[in-house]
Amino acid sequence: MLNEKPSLKSSAIALLYLLPMLVISITFHIYPIISSFAMSLYTKYDFYTDKVGGLGFDNFVYLWNDPDFHLAVKNTLIFVIAVVPITVILSLVIALLLNQIKFLSGFFRTIYFLPFVTSTIAIAMVWNWIYHSDYGLMNYFLGWFGIHPIHWLTDPNYSLLALIIMSIWKNLGFNIILFLVGINNIDDGYYKAAEIDGANAFQRFWNVTLPLLSPITFLVSINGVIGSFKVFDEIFALFQGTPGPGKADLTIVYYLYQKFYTEYKYPVAAASGVVLFFLILLVTLVQLWYSRKHVHY
Amino acid sequence: MAKTISKILLYVIVILGALTMLIPFLWMISTSLKTAPETIKVPPIWIPKQLQWGNYVAAWHAAPFGRYFINSVVVTTLSTAGTLFTSILAAFAFARLKFWGKNILFVIFLGTMMIPGEMLIIPNFVTLSHLGQIDKYGALILPWLASFFTVFTLRQTFQSTPDQIYYAAKIDGASDWKYLWTVLVPMSKSTITAVTVLQVIGSWNSFMWPLIVTNSESMRTLPVGLQAFTTDAGTQYQLLMAASTFVIIPMVILYIFLQKYIIAGISKAGLKG
Repeated sequence: MLNEKPSLKSSAIALLYLLPMLVISITFHIYPIISSFAMSLYTKYDFYTDKVGGLGFDNFVYLWNDPDFHLAVKNTLIFVIAVVPITVILSLVIALLLNQIKFLSGFFRTIYFLPFVTSTIAIAMVWNWIYHSDYGLMNYFLGWFGIHPIHWLTDPNYSLLALIIMSIWKNLGFNIILFLVGINNIDDGYYKAAEIDGANAFQRFWNVTLPLLSPITFLVSINGVIGSFKVFDEIFALFQGTPGPGKADLTIVYYLYQKFYTEYKYPVAAASGVVLFFLILLVTLVQLWYSRKHVHY
Repeated sequence: MAKTISKILLYVIVILGALTMLIPFLWMISTSLKTAPETIKVPPIWIPKQLQWGNYVAAWHAAPFGRYFINSVVVTTLSTAGTLFTSILAAFAFARLKFWGKNILFVIFLGTMMIPGEMLIIPNFVTLSHLGQIDKYGALILPWLASFFTVFTLRQTFQSTPDQIYYAAKIDGASDWKYLWTVLVPMSKSTITAVTVLQVIGSWNSFMWPLIVTNSESMRTLPVGLQAFTTDAGTQYQLLMAASTFVIIPMVILYIFLQKYIIAGISKAGLKG
């Protein structure tokens, strides 16, 4: 029974089990992937009649010449480069500290993880209030250190930073959980061996913990990069339906949303989605290439 | 001595970090219980003189939050139940049944997980408007009735149940269908709970898609309704914070009760996926 080959009958039965999932997936996941690559090449598209004038790279030329798209790519890259490394390092440090603690450790884990389960929209409203330049908590705390009030949400020089701080705060918990699982999976024997060899706490961390955690670190960074490239909800709620002051928080997905939803330029929006896909793919491949040299499985 | 100091330092850092995580929530609840003049006191006050529970009633009635709440419950329940149903069946086929093209199909679906979901929005919007489902529950639910991530996670669990149980059930004359629902599903309870909770959280909090496919007030889900409410509430932060609180609370309660499943689910999905 184990090495039975698939037959017409067994394939037909399996198809019945797969059918509900296949119908939904093909309609709403597979077909749209093909369709959005195709749509990115449409020229003179009319949504109402679904008529396509022709095919070409006009939409990509449009993006190439649109200063807004350049800004969106730039902001997205700054966001990713700021959020991912800081989140990875902070969550690793917190996970290591939490792992040292016995008293109330479950309680602390619950708290650190809380932002993950909360609605981004609701919590971004709270951050909008925290960033209020006159009555917000942020400026109040900064005032203790003699820092003058900052117009977090209305000054283009600070609004991307405001978004970055909130996003790091929101993402920490998820990564801490993954790191904690990784730390618990490390065999105690390695530490005992290192101790016998006379390794101090820092050497144990550097030569045992860090290399053995490298697969998790890799996973957390890939997750972080993919998630950060797609930032949207946070911006929409923090800046109340605008891409920040002077478009300082315009990102690729926000650009896609504007072209699609407010300007009805579907093919341009689809093209920006294709660019997003290739950017994510490129960065993921670079990470994979790097991990082959530095990740120890 | 050095050990005690480092232990104390450790706790100080962990507590400071936990406070940073908690302060936005505390600030939200504190503001939600203030009078309007209290919200703009400098320096800020943490505990209002009199707790203004009435803000919650006022916020709830200031916009059709009851309706938003019902919409969110309907959309979350149906899309989670639907995803579970389609995923359990598909995961069983991938884990246990023999069929042509199994590996190719599996790889194709793995590949689709690489595609950013935002790319699917435009074609799906077009499809659903041709189906006449925009601004209806159909648009909010249909695209979310299948999730390959869930199929993938369940398949792992189904594969790890011993073959003997399957063959024993077969010898006892149980059909595949009966084996799946009476043996395999109950045995995989903890994984199923984990993926269910993750689905519920994702669905409850989702924003971009419901924002795009709803036009009328009566079809909005809670996050979309809350976002719209900010335009109406303007600077009445006590009402905004009360509204944010009741959007957040259901998931926090769910989280506190089902924490161990959520964490198990994330580590399973994260580490194997």
